[in-house]
Amino acid sequence: MKGIYMDHNATTPVHPEVMEAMLPFFSEHFGNPSSIHWAGREVKKGVETARETVASFLKCDPKEIVFTGGGSEGDNLAIKGICEAYKDKGNHIITTKVEHPAVLNTCEYMEKQGFQVTYLPVDMDGMINLDDLKNAITEKTILITVMFANNETGTIFPIAEIGKIAKERKILFHTDAVQAAGKLHLDVNALNIDLLSISAHKLYGPKGIGALYVRKGVKIKPLIHGGGQERNRRAGTENVTGIVGIGKACEIAMRDMDAESERLLRLRERLHKGLTQKIEHVKLNGHPTMRLNNTLNVSFEYVEGESLLLNLDMDGVAASSGSACSSGSLEPSHVLTAMGLPHEVAHGSVRFSLGRSNTEADIDKIIEIMPPVVARLRAMSPLYGKSLNPVERTAAVCHH
Amino acid sequence: MYSEKVMEHFKNPRNVGEIENADGVGEVGNAACGDIMKLTIKVENNAIADVKFKTFGCGAAIATSSMVTELVKGKSLDEAEKISNATVAEALDGLPPVKMHCSNLAADALHAAIENYKKKK
Ligand SMILES: Cc1ncc(COP(=O)(O)O)c(C=O)c1O
Ligand code: FES
Repeated sequence: MKGIYMDHNATTPVHPEVMEAMLPFFSEHFGNPSSIHWAGREVKKGVETARETVASFLKCDPKEIVFTGGGSEGDNLAIKGICEAYKDKGNHIITTKVEHPAVLNTCEYMEKQGFQVTYLPVDMDGMINLDDLKNAITEKTILITVMFANNETGTIFPIAEIGKIAKERKILFHTDAVQAAGKLHLDVNALNIDLLSISAHKLYGPKGIGALYVRKGVKIKPLIHGGGQERNRRAGTENVTGIVGIGKACEIAMRDMDAESERLLRLRERLHKGLTQKIEHVKLNGHPTMRLNNTLNVSFEYVEGESLLLNLDMDGVAASSGSACSSGSLEPSHVLTAMGLPHEVAHGSVRFSLGRSNTEADIDKIIEIMPPVVARLRAMSPLYGKSLNPVERTAAVCHH
Repeated sequence: MYSEKVMEHFKNPRNVGEIENADGVGEVGNAACGDIMKLTIKVENNAIADVKFKTFGCGAAIATSSMVTELVKGKSLDEAEKISNATVAEALDGLPPVKMHCSNLAADALHAAIENYKKKK
């Protein structure tokens, strides 16, 4: 049985063209890019070509690109690096409640270092309110960090407006664009972005490589000290194959994104329509229109997400859930909770994130297998239907 | 991540449903994750003659629910009361560490149902 992969927001396979571009840099072009001899020079050229491609992908200067070990490192470098460099100017950061843990936990760490952090709330659609942002700004605010698009719901934030506000108030603006890269057009100057992080494995590149855009003139303290690589902003001999890979991935994204994005929107709408037509009590999580074309997060009320995922997995479908039970943390998704979803609804959420490999046949297969799975789990659910023996619920105690 | 036995019970859960006019009802919410289980029992001659469950929860919650119904069916109330979450987890060849709390649901729903029966009497 060929599996159906619908978890592209978690990660994507390496595109064959990306792999082809990377291969020579494992052994044929193996030199250290810092070496002055021929072996180093040819590799240096590969690294710099990739930097130029990533720069044109973000519409910035190649000198403004720092290669990192992925999205999490980019977010860490941006937040810690800016706080450290600008701590004389203030100690206040503004972010949102629905950021990826790479931003949220970094902000919490900064709180322990004496910084103050405002976590902006979101509404039922997972959207922030710009007035909340404006009201949160103080004289001490040195950084606003708001994600471009949310990984769980796909909700796209008003980045242009935030950029404008930040610029007017002379506050640095970082955005985690890990989910937006390859799905939306990014233009750091038009959007007044000062720092932006991306990760290659979300756009058909390899894992463990990313890039951070740092606007010219913005000071940043490195996380990793050592040699002078990446203009002293990230020490260590470059991850050359990864860098070549992210360059190629960005090149392909620029070439194919528009057509692919439209195709995915059609497929996603087909999936959403099919599921809501065939199944009752299906609720969309995320903004109805301001949302990534590939992302469909829905709650199947009265059933629990991990059980749904296990059933889907038995039928060869890979998706993910915001349910507590599948994360190991026991907390339901912080994103869905921040949106005010009741516990049972947050627990019944499933995220389908579409990508290159998905076809119309995949969509129709899911529309076919989902209704009996949901029906079976609902028949098993004490929350669904009328109770024959009403009784007060007690809390289970922990015996360990 | 789950044992074969857990998956087997998850795929083919035993005794799903609700007994009409049950002699004992236990409905518990898991304090750790908020999942919910409802267990209904029919008691004859101080023994569990029939048992059914409904569960809103993860794979482990469904499997432990199913397993607990198998373990108690036909047992005397005294024997059934001795069944703990560890008994249920063992009967399923163990649970992943993060999923141990899920077995509380099954054991506690059972105990709540027995208590409910005794109170009613
Ligand atoms: C929004 C967002 N930020 C950051 C990350 C982390 O990226 P990486 O896995 O490359 O560290 C992810 C991916 O998991 C993400 O979705
Ligand atoms: S019962 Fe909630 S995680 Fe298992």
